[in-house]
Amino acid sequence: MNVFRFIWHNHGQVLELTLEHLRLVGFSTLFAMLIGIPLGIVIAHRPRFNKPVLASANIIQTIPSLALFGFLLPVPWLGERADRLAIVALTLYALLPIIRNTYTGIRGVDPAVLEAGRGMGLTESQLLFHVELPLAVSVILSGVRVAVVISVGLATIAAAIGAGGLGEFIFRGLAMVDDRVIFAGAIPAAILALVADFGVGWVERRLQPR
Amino acid sequence: MQPATAIPAIEFRDVSYHVAGTPVLSGFSLQVQSGETLVLLGRSGSGKTTSLKLVNRLLSPTSGDIRVKGVSNAEGDVIRLRRSIGYVIQDVGLFPHFTVQRNIGLVPRIEGWPEDRIRARVQELLQMVGLAPETSLRYPHQLSGGQRQRVGVARALAADPEILLMDEPFGALDPLTRDELQREFLLLRQRLHKTVVFVTHDLREAVRLGTRIALMEAGRLVTVLTPKGFLQSTDPLASAYVRAFGEGLESAANRGTS
Repeated sequence: MNVFRFIWHNHGQVLELTLEHLRLVGFSTLFAMLIGIPLGIVIAHRPRFNKPVLASANIIQTIPSLALFGFLLPVPWLGERADRLAIVALTLYALLPIIRNTYTGIRGVDPAVLEAGRGMGLTESQLLFHVELPLAVSVILSGVRVAVVISVGLATIAAAIGAGGLGEFIFRGLAMVDDRVIFAGAIPAAILALVADFGVGWVERRLQPR
Repeated sequence: MQPATAIPAIEFRDVSYHVAGTPVLSGFSLQVQSGETLVLLGRSGSGKTTSLKLVNRLLSPTSGDIRVKGVSNAEGDVIRLRRSIGYVIQDVGLFPHFTVQRNIGLVPRIEGWPEDRIRARVQELLQMVGLAPETSLRYPHQLSGGQRQRVGVARALAADPEILLMDEPFGALDPLTRDELQREFLLLRQRLHKTVVFVTHDLREAVRLGTRIALMEAGRLVTVLTPKGFLQSTDPLASAYVRAFGEGLESAANRGTS
């Protein structure tokens, strides 16, 4: 109960850090979608690029997050503001699930459907927007869902470079050896992850083709 | 006015098609007359489907020329060309996320037809292929194989093309449904006077539906015969087909829609 009392007493700060956290996750997921979905579409249509793109995204994923934040710190424009850097790093991490699921979703469209569509005179862009994307949307969104959940967790580490977010409590609690403070960061982060997971899942079900 | 017979609906002029240097089709020349049903008959890998896809430019020939109504199909807009040619495939390829109505009405919608004209056209086509009006609101997964292919045919006819390309359209159906669709195909043809190129490996189907049969083997055209001519042919490959399919072919040739 101590934990909740602590959170209650500091609810202003908890809320503030939660919003900061949400901002880091929101922007990075948005950017990752803006980059990852078009990239996934391209590699689904041009298999030549599929290996290099997926391999690059995979390699980024293997870099320990703390190290990635460190690597990006000396980069000129990025290093100037911690939250900017954190958003870029989180975007990079979110790319893999989004690119991979877009690729998988589009490749999963029945070849007979595409052949029929081409044969009846749909242009490539009509095929993409009327057929491929609507049929792939739930697979793409489940990639977004994975990306969001990963980002909520990773964003806590962004506090190590001063980017704010719920990681502040976690690092402070670690330094103070105080469980309550750690939980004040960890519990809202977990709730955030669950809510985001549920939210994207809901959209995913709404858009599911029959 | 030009005589209708002067210009073939489709003409292959010495067409070859290679994949990675291997010929799939070589020296292929054939004329399809307006209003006829030309059946391309042959075993798997004989080049039937390739020939069909060369007509609507899903494939481009390595050499030679394909003319549609007298004009080389390499000229002009490929999208216009495809919209003027109906295309039906064995796997149907209905859009699973669209209702029957949207499947059939997609090209008319893209072409900017008004909504009520699309709806009327869909109803007309459903009736034409023997489906109940309320089918229009169903999704493809709610239909049987035969119903799906009927929708496939209706979709191909949506913009009223003069030419219809059919790639083993009834090949995946059970014998009874196939028989039903073949019979309706003949009725439909009497009514619509389309030029049809029909791919099959089933001689019985070829004899029943074709006005002429083009026999293909290993990427070459062997011979072009009428159904009756085919059954009496002394060509070794043609007579091998006739032997393989055995009895009852004569009656298939005579049966037609009866």
